Amino acid sequence: MSSTTPPDVSASRNTAIRGAGKVVGFVDERITSSNWLKRNLRKIFPDHWSFLLGEIALFSLILIILSGVFLTFWFKPSMAHITYEGAYVPMRGIAMSEAYASTLELSFEVRGGLLMRQVHHWSTLVFIAAMSAHMLRVFFTGAFRKPRELNWLVGLTLLVLGVANGFTGYSLPDDLLSGTGLRIIEGGILAIPVVGTYLSYFIFGGEYPGEDIITRLYAIHILLVPGLIVALVTVHLMILWYQKHTQWPGSGKSEKNVVGYPFFPIYMTKAGGFMFIVFGFILLMSATVQINPVWLYGPYDPSQVTAGVQPDWYIGFLDGGLRLMPPWEISIFGYNIPLSVLIPAMILPGVILTLLAVYPWIEQKVTGDKREHHILDRPRNMPVRTSLGVAFIVFYIVLWIAGGNDFFATVLEIPVNWVSRFLQFSLILMPPIAFWITKRICLGLQRREREKVLHGRESGMIVVSPEGEFTERHEPLDPHEAYELVAHERPVVREPEPATDPNGVPNPNYKKSLRRARLSHFYFADVIDKPTRDELERVHHHHEEIAPSSNGETPQHGASDDQGGQHH
Amino acid sequence: MSRSSAGRTGGWLSRTLSRRRRHPLAAVTVLLVVLFACGSAYAAFAPSSQSPIHGAETAQSTEVEEGRQLFAIGCASCHGLRGEGAVRENGTVLGPSLVGVGAAAVDFQVGTGRMPMGSPAAQAPVKPVAYSDEQIDALAAYVASLAPGPEIPEEEQYDTSVDGADPARGGLLFRTNCAQCHNSSGQGGALTYGQEAPNLTGVEPKYIYEAMLTGPQAMPVFNDETLRPEDKRDIIAFLEEVQEMPDPGGLGIGRVGPVSEGLWGWLVGLGGLIAFAAWIVTRSASARSATKASSARSSS
Repeated sequence: MSSTTPPDVSASRNTAIRGAGKVVGFVDERITSSNWLKRNLRKIFPDHWSFLLGEIALFSLILIILSGVFLTFWFKPSMAHITYEGAYVPMRGIAMSEAYASTLELSFEVRGGLLMRQVHHWSTLVFIAAMSAHMLRVFFTGAFRKPRELNWLVGLTLLVLGVANGFTGYSLPDDLLSGTGLRIIEGGILAIPVVGTYLSYFIFGGEYPGEDIITRLYAIHILLVPGLIVALVTVHLMILWYQKHTQWPGSGKSEKNVVGYPFFPIYMTKAGGFMFIVFGFILLMSATVQINPVWLYGPYDPSQVTAGVQPDWYIGFLDGGLRLMPPWEISIFGYNIPLSVLIPAMILPGVILTLLAVYPWIEQKVTGDKREHHILDRPRNMPVRTSLGVAFIVFYIVLWIAGGNDFFATVLEIPVNWVSRFLQFSLILMPPIAFWITKRICLGLQRREREKVLHGRESGMIVVSPEGEFTERHEPLDPHEAYELVAHERPVVREPEPATDPNGVPNPNYKKSLRRARLSHFYFADVIDKPTRDELERVHHHHEEIAPSSNGETPQHGASDDQGGQHH
Repeated sequence: MSRSSAGRTGGWLSRTLSRRRRHPLAAVTVLLVVLFACGSAYAAFAPSSQSPIHGAETAQSTEVEEGRQLFAIGCASCHGLRGEGAVRENGTVLGPSLVGVGAAAVDFQVGTGRMPMGSPAAQAPVKPVAYSDEQIDALAAYVASLAPGPEIPEEEQYDTSVDGADPARGGLLFRTNCAQCHNSSGQGGALTYGQEAPNLTGVEPKYIYEAMLTGPQAMPVFNDETLRPEDKRDIIAFLEEVQEMPDPGGLGIGRVGPVSEGLWGWLVGLGGLIAFAAWIVTRSASARSATKASSARSSS
């Protein structure tokens, strides 16, 4: 079988093809690999821009690794005290750590060093942003549903690892900005009840900042976490490969097929091309836009601090939580528990991560749906999930803005206290408002689509009937488009089981089923159903009946809405 | 006769006085007469102790006088007629006392346009300068005449081109003493309740020196004991060095650190790549066949 697949290239006039054919033939005759290869090279992938977010993350990761390797050749992860005598004049004669001095050396003396530093940093910002956007895409389209819950967890872990490695890398140059950030992290560790102090001493090898932390962060940054990231990315892609990619609903697409183009040659070419676009774009940005100018910040000294200290964007929400938290503190048995630090620095990220991790199972409980799903949800068709997602985004963005409250206060010329107070209220009030607004928008979109399916597209043509009535002509939908609008399933709102069985015996599952029913109502009670077959037929019947008299137009739609079929 | 005439004249005066002694304005008249007498006596004797003999001193006193008049018009409504400050009815300070703030404070506040303030606020914003250089000098001379205070620094004090000006040392001092409010490269930052540490980019060295000397607004005073004159000069040298330095990495995007970098990373970085992703999808065979199909459909 394998011998019949490759075209006969021995007769080709092109020497290269003839040579390649010989090599392929040699290998194939011995290990019969072409069957396996054929299966995998012909792997089908669907096409949509939002499916490329993960690729952006993957390619920026490659760039991070390449530039990072370059940086390790010059960077010295040492906190040994030295006096700077390098090329950067405004620091000459200043006492600093070797880590900071070698970062200055990389920036000003190593050929291409500054570019590589900037590539490393910019691609990290893009990497984590792309992972986040990818995760949002997966969330809003329901791509985390069975069988992809595991990959959802792997992806979430990758995001956490990416953030962790970003932070350790941000701290490595041992500059005043990142040192202040490290000090805040130390504060968070100290706030952990009972073990906080021990943990801090353990991590920093004694009193903060000690002499070890940069060396330790370096090992974590270049060895431990990158190893885990590369391993998990492999797992992520293998699972993706095995489970196949999800696809948007559409005609010809089902839960049992994947409609798209083969990996080889189409996606290999496209992904390869896109990889070089990502490389080029980030390199261009790195060559033209300055990032993390550590020489402006100065070497870290615990006795100094600079105004406008912010972390990189992915830590910003944690900093924002710290800035918004009221100064609460409780005392238990004479031990102070600084809630003002503990809650935003430890509990908040813990809660966010836990909720994200278990969300696929939460939704499974609500829907009771244990089937596999390979067709994506259009976000509007899951209004509550979409609204929860948007509420979370708003919550996150408010925290994020709060992380730069001083920056926004100076830019907007508003007192920083007002900014903080406003954000404190926003953090509590905005997410529910965002939830409500998003849900309304989703329901509105659903309603409009229902109308579209029932009555067709508004053509914008106004027709005057002999009686003088103005109506808009609606044109029937193309069946492919109509299918896309109704491909989703009708959600089932679950009702609670009866409290007692027919014999009056109390149902032991009643309370549980009541809770589930409430959640189910919360999720699905307001969903606007797609039209039923019955409704569609009635409307079409109605249209046909009036068609001959008014030349195919569908009158009264502006006013008749759902009852379009009942007017005669 | 002579007695009688003398008595008559004396009698007229005493008679008039005695006749009007119970007039309602008598006490006021007496008070005015006495005040006038005292005032004339003071005017006659007091300046004589430092009588203006030299021309320079005469000029100085006219400058002080000119400053006093400007002060009475432009500053006294908040700082009091003699710079003693003013307090509102509820006890809050309307304008602080200027006794002892020195010429340097006036030169800084008025010379940068902060004073006179448009209205009481958390902090005086920088505005177009309201006075000419001579007027500012006059105001400064007047306020300096109230009590001794820091003088306007001489140009050689903030001249950073002299030998020994050390920007690296200045940077260290700046990060230790100034960066917590003004940011490590002098970009400024927010303070509480509407106050802010201004951006130091482009501020004249003289004003930076005066600000350190006098501690305007929320800023602490760094007198010559705290930061010696050469320390101040080094700090100014550092700021000049940082400002003049080009950004070796490309666009500075405000030099404000991670906030603008994060915004840039999302909006330009990821945004641009998503635009490319969307473009790539339109370049695909499926998209092309879809366009073909739809055009075929629409034509049929």
